[in-house]
Amino acid sequence: MKKYKWLVPTLYIIFLMLPIYWLINMSFKTTTEIINTYSLWPREFTTENYVKIFTDSTWYMGYVNSITYTVFNTIISVAAALPAAYAFSRYKFLGDKHLFFWLLTNRMAPPAVFALPFFQFYSSVNLFDTHIAVALSHCLFNIPLAVWILEGFMSAVPKELDETAYVDGYSFNRFFFKIFIPTIAAGIGITMFFCFMFSWVELLLAKTLTATEAKPIAATMTRTASTSGYELGLLAAAGSLTIIPGAIVIYFVRNYIAKGFAMGRV
Amino acid sequence: MNKTINQKAWFFVVPVFVLVAFNAAIPLMTVVNYSFQETFGNNVFAWEGTRWFKQILLSERFHDALGRQIAFTFIILLIQIPLGIGIALTMPKKGWGVPVCLILMSMPLLIPWNVVGAMWNIFALPDIGFLGYSLNAIGFDFNFTQQPGDAWFTTILMDVWHWTSLVVLLSYAGLNSIQPAYYQAAEIDGASRWATFRYIELPKMKKVLTLAILLRFMDSFMIYTEPFVLTGGGPGNATAFLSIDLVKMALGQFDLGPAAAMSLIYFFIVLLVCWVFYSLMMKNEVRS
Repeated sequence: MKKYKWLVPTLYIIFLMLPIYWLINMSFKTTTEIINTYSLWPREFTTENYVKIFTDSTWYMGYVNSITYTVFNTIISVAAALPAAYAFSRYKFLGDKHLFFWLLTNRMAPPAVFALPFFQFYSSVNLFDTHIAVALSHCLFNIPLAVWILEGFMSAVPKELDETAYVDGYSFNRFFFKIFIPTIAAGIGITMFFCFMFSWVELLLAKTLTATEAKPIAATMTRTASTSGYELGLLAAAGSLTIIPGAIVIYFVRNYIAKGFAMGRV
Repeated sequence: MNKTINQKAWFFVVPVFVLVAFNAAIPLMTVVNYSFQETFGNNVFAWEGTRWFKQILLSERFHDALGRQIAFTFIILLIQIPLGIGIALTMPKKGWGVPVCLILMSMPLLIPWNVVGAMWNIFALPDIGFLGYSLNAIGFDFNFTQQPGDAWFTTILMDVWHWTSLVVLLSYAGLNSIQPAYYQAAEIDGASRWATFRYIELPKMKKVLTLAILLRFMDSFMIYTEPFVLTGGGPGNATAFLSIDLVKMALGQFDLGPAAAMSLIYFFIVLLVCWVFYSLMMKNEVRS
């Protein structure tokens, strides 16, 4: 029984990789080959789809836009969540529990509910079709999540650390930036990972709030599909490329993913 | 941890409060506003009272969408939670296998949702997709764009593919926090594999599992992009879950009043279930 234990994760990983392989497989085929023949690997291997994406600015700007608002959002979410999480983990104050739950309710709000009012709201403050609008709208679900995860990490740090620092004559700011933040660095890394992840994968709000200037790659894909018929090869190549930023981020936090969860919420 | 009372802590919370209020309160008020009125275009509104709420609550369309949504969420939780625990239990605990498993398993979580939908659409097409082609080759009459049953099967399989890893990661973290001493004690007592799981591993995973169920419930209840790209809610309305139906009503037909009323009812249901969960979680935390 123990001998065959590795089979379960292996089979699961194969199941995970199959659709991804299929996407990459298609990205190296021409659209005619995709439609006319069924094959497990490209018969006429072509990189034409990728060349098109990297030379056509309507395509590659999609990636630039997506990464821009994702990075903005990650920075805003974590920067705002740090002091708030510290307050929740260290102090009691009027309405703290209600406020915490209210924050979480926003993580629960279906984005579909907010799509139309967001569109009207950001249009009325002249932020429609800017990176910052998408970054701010993604704060709706990323800030509650960031506060939640960071609060978990901070609560795991004993309060004696704060007290000793104050006794040693540290001011609050010096303590917070010199001692506290390095102590929970892993937690901040994990939080950034989650903010990046949820902002990167979201499409409904990003698509609703942009037209041309800040259009995310995901939206570029859907629009091309509807105007010039299905260019499956091109779509597959664009899809394959969207996997890369995520894969890079995972690589950096790989040692912290499981451990981070454990520190935060176990 | 015993916390000190400090009202000045509010200053720390202000940035978060402002950002979220700016994003949530203002749009939410717009929705509330629409839900009680009739629009005639050109910003002309007329008071309608609770008419839209009654209309939505009594409409068959809403009942059907809600029914489909509950069935979908229930099925995926029933598959993903046990499957996730099972995989976490069999994952290697040390060595080169750990990073390999973690990196590969996290991949689906980092793929934009519409790419997930498009990927599965291509993967499941009966003529050119691996899944559809293979199923037909071994004798199933599989076509998810035509048959509602197949559309459900594909949507559920896609969601299992997409999100089971989240449950795996959380469970794995929970398992890793168990001290080796517990296992040694169990071995000395001659506990069976099942008893070890039931009395040591499961209680230790209780918190992360509550979190996993909560996250999976919320996200599956709001699911929009993936089934929209995969099936477009079809065939017919077979996979039109709540969000898909809502967007169709709000942006497609521009029925702002009913759509706003539906939004509020929808939000209220999610809130209610999450509140129950949250209270349970907090109760557990106080007890331990």
